[in-house]
Amino acid sequence: MKAAAFDYVRPATLREACGYLADGDGEARIIAGGQSLVPLMAMRLVRPRLLVDINDVAELTGIARDGSEVVVGAATRQADAGRSGIVVDDVPLLALALPFVGHDQTRNRGTVGGSLAHADPSAEIGLVAAALGATMTASDGETDRRIDAADFFQAPMTTTLEPGECLTAVRFPVWPGAGRVGAGFQEVSARDSDFAIVAAAAQLALDRDGVCRRAAVAVANAAPTPVRLLRIEEALIGQRPDNENIERLLPLMDEAIEPSTDLHAGADARRHMARSLTLRAILQAAANAAREP
Amino acid sequence: MPAKRITVIVNGEPHAASVEPRLTLVDFLRDVLDLTGTHVGCEHGVCGACSVLFDDLPIRSCLMFAVQADGHRVSTVEGLTEPGGGLSLIQDCFWETHSLQCGYCTPGMLIAAHALLRRNPDPSRQEIRKAISGNLCRCTGYGQIVEAIELAADRLNQRTPSPERDGHDR
Repeated sequence: MKAAAFDYVRPATLREACGYLADGDGEARIIAGGQSLVPLMAMRLVRPRLLVDINDVAELTGIARDGSEVVVGAATRQADAGRSGIVVDDVPLLALALPFVGHDQTRNRGTVGGSLAHADPSAEIGLVAAALGATMTASDGETDRRIDAADFFQAPMTTTLEPGECLTAVRFPVWPGAGRVGAGFQEVSARDSDFAIVAAAAQLALDRDGVCRRAAVAVANAAPTPVRLLRIEEALIGQRPDNENIERLLPLMDEAIEPSTDLHAGADARRHMARSLTLRAILQAAANAAREP
Repeated sequence: MPAKRITVIVNGEPHAASVEPRLTLVDFLRDVLDLTGTHVGCEHGVCGACSVLFDDLPIRSCLMFAVQADGHRVSTVEGLTEPGGGLSLIQDCFWETHSLQCGYCTPGMLIAAHALLRRNPDPSRQEIRKAISGNLCRCTGYGQIVEAIELAADRLNQRTPSPERDGHDR
């Protein structure tokens, strides 16, 4: 299993990287962590003529709080994001999800933006971005634009990024003053840290009385893209998120998801998992929120 | 495609070479540098046999191209051996607990164990299992591998004394 021949450049700036993409005429690909791209190249499912390595582009790396958002540079390693105090404090759902992303050896190379741009429907980081309504920023070297998570994911392995564009960062909303915030993340996979057969994510803000004031809920691999469960989120507001109340709301996801059948699970099994995991993720988020001071 | 000149620090020594961009890091280590301790299993990032330390962190060397390692540090299983030969403490524990049968996964397991114990010198059994979750072994059932890493942690924390070397060639 050897990749087809390609040329390689490692630019130091975003402008230079985008210049290579533009010159590549659709046959140039960005490589960041390479944890998804290199296997595709090894199997020759992808045969770029030019690899543009963005690992030396310093402006694409780093984690910072910016007003009511946490900005994670696209080339930030998954391992670094998982260890970041800013992520743990301000985006608890992302902190909870990252240990499910691959293994130590892949998180040390794999990047937050790389996972988003790859858009595997089972990916945990895309699920968190969809649940929280994160914003992607992309650049073609001249102009920047922002893309809502709801518009970013188009289909399996397909985003709205243009061939000459580079994902530069993802902006996760922080919930200041929303009350006690807690997150829940649940996943079924064949082996520890393997691809999710189905995953569910929830982040809740509870008031002093334990009533839900804000909710973010989404599922992955129950449809071609991660799906935010807006009707469940709306219905949770004003409720105490206990087992009975949540179970009553779960059928609201039915029209939002389109589970499919593959070697790992049938559509019916996926539908069942989506419901069970969503229930557990919301309960976990509520329990974690209740522990906050 | 034109070859690229690279210099990679491998096990502390700089190595300069001219490589085709599509040459993976593991093929560079094995075929160019003749460091065949690192094994090639699946070649697409599933089995973990090719694990090495890249700038001190465990990675899969089949999921990087050698050209990307230019200017970086790589440590292979050969680099775990103490100066002057012999086995490292962790390797000794693998040997003592029969943690290998065919040995194919062993270099990757050793790298994972080494990285874990450096980060967390006293891991729980669950943390050990998590740390080797990216490494497949088809012989042992993992039991003895977990045992070896527990033994290594005990010795590093001096709960269990290391036996005297018996002088036999290991």
